[in-house]
Amino acid sequence: MHEMSICEGILDVLKEQARAQNFDTVRRVCLEIGPLSGVEIDALKFGFDVVMRDSIADGATLDIIETEGKAWCFSCGATIVIAERYDPCPKCGSHQLQVTGGEELRIKELEVN
Amino acid sequence: MCTVCGCGEGEVQVEGKDKTHGHHHHGHGHDHHGHHHHHGEDGSLDYGAGEAGGSVPGMSQGRMIQLEQDILAKNNAYAAENRGFFADRGILALNLVSSPGSGKTSLLVKTIEMLGERLKSYVVEGDQQTANDAERIRATGAPAIQINTGKGCHLDGHMVGHAIEHLTPADGSVVFIENVGNLVCPAAFDLGEAHKVAILSVTEGEDKPIKYPDMFAASDLVLVNKTDLLPYLDFDVEEAIANARKVNPAIKVLKVSARTGEGMEAWIAWIMAARGMALAGHPLGTAAE
Repeated sequence: MHEMSICEGILDVLKEQARAQNFDTVRRVCLEIGPLSGVEIDALKFGFDVVMRDSIADGATLDIIETEGKAWCFSCGATIVIAERYDPCPKCGSHQLQVTGGEELRIKELEVN
Repeated sequence: MCTVCGCGEGEVQVEGKDKTHGHHHHGHGHDHHGHHHHHGEDGSLDYGAGEAGGSVPGMSQGRMIQLEQDILAKNNAYAAENRGFFADRGILALNLVSSPGSGKTSLLVKTIEMLGERLKSYVVEGDQQTANDAERIRATGAPAIQINTGKGCHLDGHMVGHAIEHLTPADGSVVFIENVGNLVCPAAFDLGEAHKVAILSVTEGEDKPIKYPDMFAASDLVLVNKTDLLPYLDFDVEEAIANARKVNPAIKVLKVSARTGEGMEAWIAWIMAARGMALAGHPLGTAAE
């Protein structure tokens, strides 16, 4: 998707935090990413190293917590796990689903010096 | 560069007639660091790369910081400002998304012609390069501003905010934002629009909604365009609609041909209904009734 823009967004947040919280290097960045966030994790990892080069997060470790895609089925009322938006309900086969989780795209925590 | 779609942070240019304007977005205070731009000789806005990475002197012991911050929060804040701007003025803003070549600009030209005096139209045109599309729109008489995203693959809330400042749409009008032709990246970037409208032409595959589910999940309406070509194609409209509903059970679908005008009245009716919603609670809305 737009993983490069996402990495630039992460770097913006790191710089803001560096000013606000008074640190000068970032050792580790921990992200929380859902399968329905539209982000390709391998592309994000690649982009992360490129974007962080020569910044306050040069060489920082990237940890990614992958969450589950969750939905509520209008037809049978079950709360289910889905991998893709077009997945049917595994219990009743309906596509009438309301996505309730899996869209996370969040910086969870940082380890800084 | 984006490994998937080839985009990256590049030079963004916004056409504009006004060479000097404050860097305050609709009068709401926010800082623009990382998004600096300058005004070119032709009045365009250039967005350079962000500030150079620099280290900030400070403490040096390792520590953990719990952040829990949404990575798109900054874009979402710009989008919220745009949405406030539109709401204050009773303006309907629509974000038109599709693959390249779906006929978005032709559809828009026809739409503006059909709306005519009924509803004043303004257009923000997003493309990687050239002002060709904005020129096509201006030929209809509607004010249009081109944003060139350079290497970027999508419009973001910040770019649109600046374009709107230059466009100065009238109260109670409609602003069409024609996004960069791309069914992937624009799905994630809220621009402050009331609705995303996806355009799917019948020369594409029926499975596009499930190949690019995020876009169809984010859209409220699909226009199946170029229906005049259906007799020459194997495209199964019903299957395409079924696929769109798999990813978004609530999505509405209209079949249109910008070329012959077939189905266009239904699309105009949808715009007028959406415009009614945009005016709800606005002084212009009560005046109209």
